[in-house]
Amino acid sequence: MVRLTVDEKEIEAEEGQNLLQVCLENGITVPHLCFLEGMENSPASCRLCFVEIEGMDCPVPSCQTVVHDGMVVNTQSPAVRHLQRSALQLLLSAHRVDCSDCPANKRCALQQLAKLLGIPLKVKHLESLAGEVDTRMGHPLLAYDAGRCVLCGRCLYACAKHQEHPLLTFVRRGFSTRVDFKGKTDPAELPCLACLACVEICPVSALGFAGKTLGAA
Amino acid sequence: MNFHPEKLPQERLAALAEDAKRRLAAKRRADLPRIIIGMATCGLAAGASETRAAFEQALAEQNLEALIIPVGCLGHCYAEPLVVIENPGFPPIAYHSVTPGKAKALVKSFLAEGDPLFEYVLAALEENDLLPSIADFPRFYLEQRVVMEKCGSIDPADLKEYLSRGGYAGLVRVLGLPPGEIVGVLSESGLRGRGGAGFPTGAKWELARKVEGSKKTVICNADEGDPGAYMDRTLLESNPHQLLEGLAICAYSVGAADAVVYVRAEYPLAVKTISRAIAQAEQANLLGKGILGANFDLEVKVFQGSGAFVCGEETALIESLEGKRGMPRFRPPYPVEHGLWGRPTVINNVKTLSTVPAIIEKGAQWFRTIGTPNSPGTAIFSVVGNVTRPGLVEIPMGTTLRTLIFEICGGIPRQKQFKAVQIGGPSGGCLPESLLDTPVDFDSLTRAGAMMGSGGLVVMDEESCMVNVARYFLDFTQNESCGKCTFCRIGTRHLLNILDRITKGEGREGDLELLETLGRDIKEGALCGLGKTAPNPILTSLKYFRSEYEAHIREKRCPSMMCRALTAYYIDPDKCARGCEACVGCCPVDAIFTAKGRKKAIDQGLCVKCGECVVSCPPEYDAVKRVSPAHLAPVVERPK
Repeated sequence: MVRLTVDEKEIEAEEGQNLLQVCLENGITVPHLCFLEGMENSPASCRLCFVEIEGMDCPVPSCQTVVHDGMVVNTQSPAVRHLQRSALQLLLSAHRVDCSDCPANKRCALQQLAKLLGIPLKVKHLESLAGEVDTRMGHPLLAYDAGRCVLCGRCLYACAKHQEHPLLTFVRRGFSTRVDFKGKTDPAELPCLACLACVEICPVSALGFAGKTLGAA
Repeated sequence: MNFHPEKLPQERLAALAEDAKRRLAAKRRADLPRIIIGMATCGLAAGASETRAAFEQALAEQNLEALIIPVGCLGHCYAEPLVVIENPGFPPIAYHSVTPGKAKALVKSFLAEGDPLFEYVLAALEENDLLPSIADFPRFYLEQRVVMEKCGSIDPADLKEYLSRGGYAGLVRVLGLPPGEIVGVLSESGLRGRGGAGFPTGAKWELARKVEGSKKTVICNADEGDPGAYMDRTLLESNPHQLLEGLAICAYSVGAADAVVYVRAEYPLAVKTISRAIAQAEQANLLGKGILGANFDLEVKVFQGSGAFVCGEETALIESLEGKRGMPRFRPPYPVEHGLWGRPTVINNVKTLSTVPAIIEKGAQWFRTIGTPNSPGTAIFSVVGNVTRPGLVEIPMGTTLRTLIFEICGGIPRQKQFKAVQIGGPSGGCLPESLLDTPVDFDSLTRAGAMMGSGGLVVMDEESCMVNVARYFLDFTQNESCGKCTFCRIGTRHLLNILDRITKGEGREGDLELLETLGRDIKEGALCGLGKTAPNPILTSLKYFRSEYEAHIREKRCPSMMCRALTAYYIDPDKCARGCEACVGCCPVDAIFTAKGRKKAIDQGLCVKCGECVVSCPPEYDAVKRVSPAHLAPVVERPK
């Protein structure tokens, strides 16, 4: 067991655990999108779970930090909050904010994060990039809305967990990166309709059935 | 080649070297002239193949015998195709820009008649009474060649050449030493990784050596991707065995039996050269099982990357080697603990590994005599852009940028003024004239806001617009971002869009502050080195050339008159020659018409600002002018 201090609160944790997991287990809210509880190796790609650790000169992502004895952590320092707001604003600037038409409304991760970090959903100082994305997907049964997707990768993780041969992957690069299906399997043989783990886990309802309302599952 | 199993490695290498010398001597008669042609990618691009064919044809026509020896690159790109002729009775002479025509003339005059054709000479390679030698030119004498010593003087396709020049002696030396001692020599030498970050090589090897695990891997990172940088390619194409020797020394020191050379598929000649070199070395028992009879195995494979810039980042490189999408992983754990297939992995750049044999052979103290205390050794730069003598330059660390650009590379051509130098590629920064006395070493360049990078150096003259240059580099990184992390994927897109607007004259108040805050956030928040350094071209140019940004935004003026949307072309009627039609024919959009007094004028509504008319206007008239902001161009009505 190791003992650490998070936001002036003393916590005990298993050795080797990652800091984000420990915080969440102890009821300390740390914004995050790409990390899921129990995940062995977080992709550290959403850049939201920053914390400040005494002795380190800049904020670090807590999902990739292993706890150690005597660690002193601040999850809400101004530098941490600044980076988190900046990352969330970037995500929002590439997200089509049409909450009233979105099935994720009221349970959307972005709404919750914006509330937590105290920023509006409309990012004034950045131009909206949501119009630059395209929404085609090669999957015969699923629909994908790249204008909503935050590329957290939860769907890929869920797919890999539930299916022996994962069906989802990231395609293209840079700003054009998106989630897609890269296969030629006969739709009748796809295990997707019986699974839908990806649709379930999407925090922003970017995945759903093809031909039906997105996220209606 | 049969050896007694009880022979020591040094005896085996000595036998190999003897054999190589003997065979080379038999193959190359000493009394014949030698024509040595630089045939690396740069030479080939300049027409070295045609030059070689012309030499062969001329020799046949003149009924002369001579040896044609293809070599790698000497680094003098401005002089390609570069040919060195060793004609008995003369010093070896280097000729520049040897076209097929010059090749024929050289055979006829020099080889047949003994006239060395002074007008084509670059320099003699040795001191002599006939011609100025390379010792008289700063492009040669200010350089110090450690890594590139044999580049351009040996045939990279022939292991015998490297062996006959003392090759693999470093490997043999280490085979008799305990690995800890070799790592100690490396640490003592102070060698820092030449891939960009400058991490001490000895420390990296020490970590890898101490890590538990029987299966370790050594990777040579030859995924060179900076625009305008080609040092690694040249080393692979010119002296592949030096790299393999360094790789083997590294593998022996850390206890690895597997090695990979990760080279991009866009370097077909480099891939071919290094693959051939590996096969030759295996055949000579310099790689493979039981190397030179010692208890050391090393299997080296070549892996061709598909050209994603981010795969030069070590964790993305590993992902790509494992067959996954080339996206960086979070560090730590570092590859030395958890690398390829989870094994301890050492990743070193081509230049780092190519420096190792010289350090082993000549010692750490010798290496420390070159360069600065914190950055010992030499640096290899590919100097490109607006300089008179571009090419590969190997200089001792600590040489100032001024010496490098103005003395070694001959300064700015066409009487233009120096404006900035971009160091470190898309991750680096633009330094202004006031920082020209910055010494080239890891720490000084970082302090100035640029970085050593892998060695790309782009020189820009007064006609380069710094906003546009920043935009160019952002366009590059933005395209090459892997798309994994939020800051890099979306942040660099915003940066690019803002710069795009500014260069189009749509900049707004507040843009510069936004560029700065967003740039700093990306630097701090991005996952990997690509994202963390992507804003550098913007942040440094904002620091040193802020007024140019402000002119674009407030006055809609591009001070260098490079941004098309902010620039207009017009014809000065006082200079335009009556009746001259030179510009009319070259305009691709028929924007030039005849105005009053049979002088020409440009229809601003049609002009696409290609600049063809400036080129075509005879210099004695010099009538086509550029102006920024664009509305300052006088409007001439087209006659009805």
